[in-house]
Amino acid sequence: MSLLPNAAVLLDKELRTEFRSRELLATTIVFILIVIVLFSFTFDPTSDESRRFAPGLLWLAFLFASSLMLQPCFLREQHNDTLSSLRLSVSDPFAIFLAKLTANTLFLLLTELLLLPLFATMYNVPVFSVLHWLVLVFFLASLGISIAGTALSAISAQARMRELLLPLLMLPLLTPILVASTEVTKALFDRAPYVQWKGIGFLAVFDVVFLTALWLFGEYLLEE
Amino acid sequence: MAKNILAAALVFLLLAAAAYASFFIAPTDAKQGLIYRILFLHVSSAWTGLTAFLIGCVGNLLYVWKRQPRWDWLGVSAVEVGLAFTTVVLVTGPIWAHPVWGIWWTWDARLTSTFIMWLLYVSYLLLRTLIEEPDRRALFSALFGIFAFLDVPLVFGSIRWWRTQHPQPIVMGGADAGMDPVMFRVLMFGWLAMLALMTLLLRQRYRLEAMRSELETMRHELEAA
Amino acid sequence: MAPPAFSPVGLRFENIDKRYGGLHALRGLSLTVAPGECAVFAGRNGSGKTTLLRVAARLVRPSRGSLRFSNLSSGDEENPVRPGFVAHATMVYDELTAEENLLLFARLQAVSRPECRVEALLEEVGLSDRRASLVRTFSRGMRQRVAIARALLHEPAVLLLDEPATGLDPQGVAWLAEAIRRLRDSGRTILMSLHGESEISSLGTRAIRLDAGSVVADTRTGATFRSILTFADA
Repeated sequence: MSLLPNAAVLLDKELRTEFRSRELLATTIVFILIVIVLFSFTFDPTSDESRRFAPGLLWLAFLFASSLMLQPCFLREQHNDTLSSLRLSVSDPFAIFLAKLTANTLFLLLTELLLLPLFATMYNVPVFSVLHWLVLVFFLASLGISIAGTALSAISAQARMRELLLPLLMLPLLTPILVASTEVTKALFDRAPYVQWKGIGFLAVFDVVFLTALWLFGEYLLEE
Repeated sequence: MAKNILAAALVFLLLAAAAYASFFIAPTDAKQGLIYRILFLHVSSAWTGLTAFLIGCVGNLLYVWKRQPRWDWLGVSAVEVGLAFTTVVLVTGPIWAHPVWGIWWTWDARLTSTFIMWLLYVSYLLLRTLIEEPDRRALFSALFGIFAFLDVPLVFGSIRWWRTQHPQPIVMGGADAGMDPVMFRVLMFGWLAMLALMTLLLRQRYRLEAMRSELETMRHELEAA
Repeated sequence: MAPPAFSPVGLRFENIDKRYGGLHALRGLSLTVAPGECAVFAGRNGSGKTTLLRVAARLVRPSRGSLRFSNLSSGDEENPVRPGFVAHATMVYDELTAEENLLLFARLQAVSRPECRVEALLEEVGLSDRRASLVRTFSRGMRQRVAIARALLHEPAVLLLDEPATGLDPQGVAWLAEAIRRLRDSGRTILMSLHGESEISSLGTRAIRLDAGSVVADTRTGATFRSILTFADA
């Protein structure tokens, strides 16, 4: 089955394109930075306050950033109508989605990991001891955000007011991720850190549900 | 025409009977007095809203499969009707909460989840206004509708779990715990009456959508000519 | 160049209907294109030419009707026929080089020995020396050549060209005409949409005029080539 090889080739293209210009990564990182700084004005970042509010702020920042970062996902393919040549070339249209959602997950993960040290410093939260668990949460949540966001960006690319529409569609849909990720992160930032397995399981379930939905319905999102 | 009036009259009678039952047949609650009776409206609206969204999802799936406009009409009608009932839930929640808890909004798990669900389906309607071409609008809103419906249990699940980490006053806690059998029967009857209302509204909205769609097609044909 | 390894393929459009809301782009269009035929489609803007080609490319799903490809030698239906498609948009990535673009599409289509094939095509379209340049830096004519190379990667038996000469200078048109001639002579089935007479239209073995989504004239049924291409009102 050529789904995975096709997806791999397309992933290579996505990564190559982005790392050549780095515009998406750069703008996303700066945006999250701005949001994190602005949030700091809304409360007094003492150690205890931070432990309470920081996780939610972090995930809100990531969610807002991703709803902007995912805009160009399918919009780019309208320029020169490359979406058509992709559709003509792949045997399974899901390969297009698979490649894009993988690339988006990687980009999100990269920005999250790059910003983590800065965030930890600004908000006085201990991350080093729980780093590997944080990476796990980041990964599962970013995957869920990418799956839903990639699907929805295919929709918003075809509509008017697409810049506003994508966040409008994404943010309510991704509420479960916000809730679960915040809880797991909060547990990891606790004075006695622990792993919220229920939350992690929940994120995994979200990912599976929406990946399956995308697999079943993706080709219709590309229809003309 | 006569059939319409008859149907409406029947629904009205059912609703009136349900209202009577909730005021006079259901026993008084020791702790909360009169205000608890809003439960019958609140809970039955919630269940009816969810039923409408379920019907909408079925319509969405059928549209994606069959591509017949009537499934799109069913989808949008069901969502609008579902939103109406959901709005009732969101309004009656605070009305109930205020006399009992002294606050308007309690971030109760179910109410919060209902709010998110409401936002999700409002987005569905907004999406429809932003895609002009009818077939694409139907297809994309159907796909979003399916995603939204898949999300609903996840929203409710996550918020319920989250809220059990941080207990808050629970609106309609009685609906969960064991309920007095008479109350339960009144509630069920109330739900039946609401479902009848839902069916009536759905049919009317569906017909309206069918006509609107035909008008749109004719207008496009005129413009293209 | 070695003769391509394919057998000629014909197309049959059966009652194709396509609506975009109230816009009736194709109205119950039925048409058979014989294997190896080079059919030129003429018609005003909005007559349905682009939609028809996109239906043939399987990019557009018809509201009703079906499209069949038929293989001359076996006489069977052979569905996974992938036409090569060239449109006004280049359908290649500006941010990648010519070579990267072609390799991408070659690998996606599981072309055997993709590097060799890409090398050969770049040579054929005269872009070997610009292989490592970003497509963004190319002129319109050069972009069209990349687009054609892209369409030919998998050696398609059917080629669909939607107003391929748009934006080309006379040199570009001459080059394109020669390329299409060679493709036609190698036995490929070609469907092209054009505006009026030109070097390229004269390559056609058949002309068809579309109006408002229907076939209104066909050289097969007696109309002359010239009348179809110059929109002479019947």
